Amino acid sequence: MPGLVHVSTTINGNPTDFLCEPRQSLLEVLRDVLGMTGTKEGCNDGNCGACTVVFDGRIVTSCLVLGVEAQDKEITTIEGVATPEGLHPVQQAFLENAALQCGICTPGFIVATKALLDREPDADEGRIRHWLAGNLCRCTGYDKIVRAVLDAEDKMKA
Amino acid sequence: MEAIEFTTPKTIDEAVQAMASKGDRARALAGGTDLLVQLRGGRRSADLVVDLKEVPELNEISYSPGSGLTIGAATPCYRLYANADVAANYPGLVDSASLIGSIQIQGRASFGGNLCNSAPSADAIPPMIALGAVANIIGPSGSRQVPVEDFCTGPGRNVLEPGELLVSINIPAPAANSGANYLRFIPRNEMDIAVAGVGSAVVLDASGQNFVSARIALASVAPTPVFCKAAGDSLAGKAVSDEAIEEAARLAMEDAKPITDMRGTIRQRIHLVGVLTRRTLNNAIKRARGEE
Repeated sequence: MPGLVHVSTTINGNPTDFLCEPRQSLLEVLRDVLGMTGTKEGCNDGNCGACTVVFDGRIVTSCLVLGVEAQDKEITTIEGVATPEGLHPVQQAFLENAALQCGICTPGFIVATKALLDREPDADEGRIRHWLAGNLCRCTGYDKIVRAVLDAEDKMKA
Repeated sequence: MEAIEFTTPKTIDEAVQAMASKGDRARALAGGTDLLVQLRGGRRSADLVVDLKEVPELNEISYSPGSGLTIGAATPCYRLYANADVAANYPGLVDSASLIGSIQIQGRASFGGNLCNSAPSADAIPPMIALGAVANIIGPSGSRQVPVEDFCTGPGRNVLEPGELLVSINIPAPAANSGANYLRFIPRNEMDIAVAGVGSAVVLDASGQNFVSARIALASVAPTPVFCKAAGDSLAGKAVSDEAIEEAARLAMEDAKPITDMRGTIRQRIHLVGVLTRRTLNNAIKRARGEE
């Protein structure tokens, strides 16, 4: 029985050390070891995007990353999106456009949306829908989410 | 998931030693988008997971007009479509890299992993076959090369022996007046598994009016990806025409041996092979002529 592994990483800009079993996913480590429960578990097999985090600059589903793979990496979770001054414009736009109902998919959508708009501040609706195809929402029907993303583009340029 | 050991070799030698130390109880990890799902679901089991992402040769993309393109086996999809040489010279590969899974999956999943997972529906494999790709394999007894069309031997099975690793995939430099395209049919816009897929590559003569050669490969219509040699060879030396393309599509349909399952029927899949062969050939011809 393999023991616990010591992992040193950076999460939301903070140097972070944790112990985990090699079989544990990054999602399990975030939620169960580090108590960072903003990242949600949906399908746990890479289809739904609820557990999306930024991993060395790319969005990934944290259920399909092992915790031990986080060694020396830079990770951003939903907890790293807002600042002490207030919500990120993407978060504000999701609120104002009522782009959520049950809320389980929302952290993943916000992390994925911010990653898109950081790269492509003028993404059109087609590009937004394509980028967010890996994030499933069973409540909203997506239209309010897409409107919120378009609104967030305006807010980020203001 | 059952308990595993995990190791991160830094060199090919260390990776080969790690793989050989556990034989068929060792699994190579690249993006993990198939392996971790399979380990968690009990469809595969392993004692040792060998993470290949720290081995330089498995994470490089290199291109030269002489030796062509070498894709390290663990290189994620997004690095293919973000690479200027790949975008300029291999749009047929970009077709696949940009439709596999989601943006999240493309941040992790690799062409090497797609090949080694050896799913009949793998979207990366038909365009690699169409472009004449060769797999570079290394193991305890040395290295060998296997054409990608000979790599898969059954659903989830391939020529890799226990302890062997896929290091990279080499794709020849594109010939003058050549083009390629991959298309799949899925009932959704994104995020689905191919009901059928076709990759085609053509080389035209300088006039752009005649085929010099062509290669066609299929996904999701047999226990392995299918290289349709007869269909591609039928085009060699012929003038570009609807009739020639139709004949190649007919021959490709003859090579399709699909099953009926939850994603589609035998009849639908064979029909799709015809449609997608015509479309991918026409798209490849446009690219060869520089029309797109």
